Amino acid sequence: MSEKARKDYTKGPSCLKGIGLTRSFGIGDKKMFAVDHVDFDFHEGEFVSIVGESGSGKTTLSKMLLGLLNPTEGEILFQNKPRDISSHAKKREYWKSMQAIFQDPFASYNVFHKIDSVLLDCINMRGGQNLSKQEKFDMMTEACSFVNLKFAELTNKYPFELSGGQMQRLMIARIFLLKPKILLADEPTSMVDACSRATILDMLLQLRDEVGMTIIFITHDIGLAYYISDTVYIMEHGKFVEYGKADEVILNPKAAYTKRLISDVPKIHEEWDLSTVELTSEL
Amino acid sequence: MKNTLKNIFHSPRFVVGFIIFVALLLTMIFYPIFNPGDPLERIGVGTFAKPGTYFSMYDATSAKTETFRLADAEENRINALLTGDARTRMIDWMSRHGDDVAGLDPADTGALMEAWGRYYEDVRLSGMTNADRVYFRRLNNSIVNSATAEELLVMEEDPETGDYAQKGTISLTDYVNTKDVANVKTLPLGTDNFGRDTLRELVSAAGVSLRVGLIAGIVATLIGLSLGLLAGYLGGVADDIIMFITNIFTVIPSFVLLILISYSISQEARGASLVAVVIGFTGWTWTCRSVRSQVISLRNRDHVNLSKLSGHSMVRIVLTDILPYIASYVVMAFILQVSAGILSEAQLSMLGLGPKTTETPTLGLMMNWAMLYSAHTNGSWWAYFPVILTITLISFSLNLMNTGLDQVFNPTLRD
Ligand SMILES: Nc1ncnc2c1ncn2[C@@H]1O[C@H](COP(=O)(O)OP(=O)(O)OP(=O)(O)O)[C@@H](O)[C@H]1O
Ligand SMILES: [Mg+2]
Repeated sequence: MSEKARKDYTKGPSCLKGIGLTRSFGIGDKKMFAVDHVDFDFHEGEFVSIVGESGSGKTTLSKMLLGLLNPTEGEILFQNKPRDISSHAKKREYWKSMQAIFQDPFASYNVFHKIDSVLLDCINMRGGQNLSKQEKFDMMTEACSFVNLKFAELTNKYPFELSGGQMQRLMIARIFLLKPKILLADEPTSMVDACSRATILDMLLQLRDEVGMTIIFITHDIGLAYYISDTVYIMEHGKFVEYGKADEVILNPKAAYTKRLISDVPKIHEEWDLSTVELTSEL
Repeated sequence: MKNTLKNIFHSPRFVVGFIIFVALLLTMIFYPIFNPGDPLERIGVGTFAKPGTYFSMYDATSAKTETFRLADAEENRINALLTGDARTRMIDWMSRHGDDVAGLDPADTGALMEAWGRYYEDVRLSGMTNADRVYFRRLNNSIVNSATAEELLVMEEDPETGDYAQKGTISLTDYVNTKDVANVKTLPLGTDNFGRDTLRELVSAAGVSLRVGLIAGIVATLIGLSLGLLAGYLGGVADDIIMFITNIFTVIPSFVLLILISYSISQEARGASLVAVVIGFTGWTWTCRSVRSQVISLRNRDHVNLSKLSGHSMVRIVLTDILPYIASYVVMAFILQVSAGILSEAQLSMLGLGPKTTETPTLGLMMNWAMLYSAHTNGSWWAYFPVILTITLISFSLNLMNTGLDQVFNPTLRD
């Protein structure tokens, strides 16, 4: 991730905006707000990270943004217009510009279909129904190469024959075929080794530069968010407690929650402090 | 897929159920080939002929005879005459008569006959009715007759003069090979109250009942599955409406509904297939409920979400992303519906609301007939017991297959 000529994407036109967006689950005493009156504004081409602990409502928010879950309250503006996904056709249109990588790769596949169908669906969605078999194969091979996968080794396999990391990378490969306007990635590399992760994120950033794709990146890892994002939103108990440019938020955190998240990150450059570790238990 | 099939056939329960079911099915297919004919044909004039082999007495008189001198022939003849009841009554008579019968074994025909021949006299003992006296006189006569009989005469009546002419004699030592008798009929389960061959009727009835069960199962599963899929996947108002209908059908006991519908259809119009459809129409609710709850847990899964994001239509998502996941469950529900359908038909027919009685037998109708002609009180077990056994075997095998499948598809149940 070179620092060279990083274009400032935070000033671009707004592509997704939320006003008082809320989602609650349960009723009566059991009612809880998974997402609690959040406001945000994502710009075209912006790399936004949403950071928060487990259960803070990140996935719930992303499902609402995708139109897979109805908000209890609040409004979503898509390209500065109220989002309208009331009919099936409108939803299809919306999903042509908005795609996602889901958090759990094991749950993301239809276990009865070969993995090829996932990629073929993407080609068809971009109007590639009439391409020849070879052309389709080439496109899929190329998409897989972006995520360090060899398509020839995977074709005709069923999802259960793949490792978690392979499933996750194949989900990312979809994005290289779809090239959506907005990508919602829910911990897309949690099962991928560090080396592949760097390559994959680099490739996503390249795609962003190429087509101006907005990336909404959901993660636990505030360190990773710092390295790659333009903007960071910190989420605690369904609320955004702090947001702003990545440098500002992480180098100069204001909310106590952000400070705690940062202090919890093991620092590579610091010596491990082993003096407090009791070795008696080892004996 | 192949693997699943292999797993299924490794489940002992499924295999046992499957074997029983296939055996029943093969019987239904092949038995009519060996014993063709209308299952409702009345071959007997009387009711409830015992199971066994029957040969024409008329043909036997003209068949070639052999002479055998068998040592136990006379004893057998008397044995056949003396039922267990008659023996105890004979001993009872002798003890009332003041004879020494201590140590006399009722099963020992020789000793019994010997004692009886010594003591019996035609008197009315104290504590005996006149009818009892007549009973013992008759019993004694038939014993004496069978012991002293020489031969029977076969006479023929001259149609013009009305005179009898001797045609032949049958001696005590004459035997006829059953193969030489022109007409022999084996009725393994005897005849029923209408004089029908019970086994032939039973095999045909089991086939019809199975068809009723299949149609009922298909109807119930189709309705339940489609409504369950719709309610579960669409949610919202559609779900509310469908569940409202389902609840109405659940609250009214389906059997009451079944009775009402069957009653409202005239006896003439009530064919087996129509009854099956009516049964299916009242039995779909629990399939609908359970399919709905499974779909609800599936519809928010990420693979369904991904399919939506790929722009697939609702129909396609339901058929390819949801249905395959519940297919095994639907198969199991279907098997149970078939079994329930067969039982429902039996229950309906017992009440006289089953298919019309003149065309096809069903297991329920056979039970109904046996009950109406009190087969259970006059000891004609062959008219109802095999029917009960068949119903039990069918539903036992179906349920066994179902639990076998359950074990394969729900790994948590595996032991
Ligand atoms: N369908 C649901 N029904 C009830 N509660 C839910 C539902 N989905 C999420 N929640 C609750 O909402 C809260 C937020 O969940 P969410 O999945 O958004 O967390 P998350 O930030 O994505 O966590 P993680 O990092 O572990 O994925 C949790 O407390 C969860 O229990
Ligand atoms: Mg999550």
